[in-house]
Amino acid sequence: MKPIMTAEKAVKNISDGATVMVGGFMACGNPFTLIDALIKKGSKKLTLITSDTGYPEVGVGRLICQDRVEKLIASHIGTNPVSGRKMNAGEMQVTLVPQGTLAERIRAKGAGLGGVLTPTGIGTEVENGKQKLTIEGRDYLLELPLGADFALIKAEICDRYGNCFLPKAAKNSAAVMAMAADHVIVEADNIVEPGDLDPEKVTIPGVFISTIVKAVLPASNLDVPK
Amino acid sequence: MSPDARELKRLRLAKRIAREFPDGAVVNLGIGMPTMVAEHLPADRTILLHSENGFIGLGPKPEKGGEDPRLVNAGGQPVTVVPGACFFDSFTSFSIIRGGHVDYTVLGALEVDEQGNLANYMIPGKMVPGMGGAMDLVAGARNVIVAMEHVNKNGDPKILRKCTLPLTARAEVDLIVTDMAFIRVTKKGLVLEEIAEDTTVEDVVRNTGARLSLSGEIGRF
Repeated sequence: MKPIMTAEKAVKNISDGATVMVGGFMACGNPFTLIDALIKKGSKKLTLITSDTGYPEVGVGRLICQDRVEKLIASHIGTNPVSGRKMNAGEMQVTLVPQGTLAERIRAKGAGLGGVLTPTGIGTEVENGKQKLTIEGRDYLLELPLGADFALIKAEICDRYGNCFLPKAAKNSAAVMAMAADHVIVEADNIVEPGDLDPEKVTIPGVFISTIVKAVLPASNLDVPK
Repeated sequence: MSPDARELKRLRLAKRIAREFPDGAVVNLGIGMPTMVAEHLPADRTILLHSENGFIGLGPKPEKGGEDPRLVNAGGQPVTVVPGACFFDSFTSFSIIRGGHVDYTVLGALEVDEQGNLANYMIPGKMVPGMGGAMDLVAGARNVIVAMEHVNKNGDPKILRKCTLPLTARAEVDLIVTDMAFIRVTKKGLVLEEIAEDTTVEDVVRNTGARLSLSGEIGRF
């Protein structure tokens, strides 16, 4: 059985300077309860690894706007103007990674691989400083594994072994992030007993999960001002 | 150009691109003008739309009140799925893309050139939003279609001999469809195959910053 605790207690060890992955895509699938707890805890100088920085006042975007992030690794920051502003002002170091490459680098870490070879980014600025290999006549970039101290993810259902069901388009990056962090905290709308989640419906195997938190904030990214 | 005239041209462009997809094609449509293509897919063919945030079978916008925060498109907007859709995580989604399982991707462009190079993700010092999934889509999809206005806001050509902006991908574009022209990218350069019904070959050539060869018979769309 995995420990169940409050969000406040679950994020207690996320210290200043920690590397944190946050699941979600354009706020869909962001763990709102855990992000809120992390902001209240006051951790700073985080390295944040996430698909995108969403919107200024919603979900993962709040970490950017409230100056909690020193380094950002993401694929897209365009929908949160604060990210671009901080990047241009030199207040936040930003590494932009193609979305598929980001997923593969995280998966590589979680899967015990030394990296991945991808054609994405060949002939672009993304290839700068990277080793290039030609396999069967096609050029590939060697992209290195990417891990974190913590991963914060959101599930709709989680059983007490940590097995998670993530609905619809909210699976996105959480599934690989859960593999690649030393400590994985899942916030779940419903925490159920073993056997109450159909094994056929498990999106993320419980073996990857460290800690379970009951979601107290609703997963709504729909009230976002557009 | 009046807003109505521009809308009409965009509509024509979307309809022309929609005709390219064979029955059974899996298609990814980028944000903006490419999204319009979804509204004009031929009724006699089954075309499945891929959304890189994690599903195949993208459907129309939900009715008001029917939005589901767990179901958004790659632009973060609430959507629906069609019967037969399937959901997956990012790793699977980009395996589908890079592995060549997406038949067509349709994207906008800032610049595209004679070699099929595409620049559509940044303007240094001005616009640096990140590439999102664009680099993977252009590198991985079997066919890359650029959908854009033929010239930029200043009236300057966007189809060039050589791109000047940072590239999204090298030599991956197969087709350029604009409000004026339908141009195929071949090993021998750009071939003008069709022109819009309200333009002329001379007009297209004048507004293109690259060399165009003409196919035997120029079609109209």
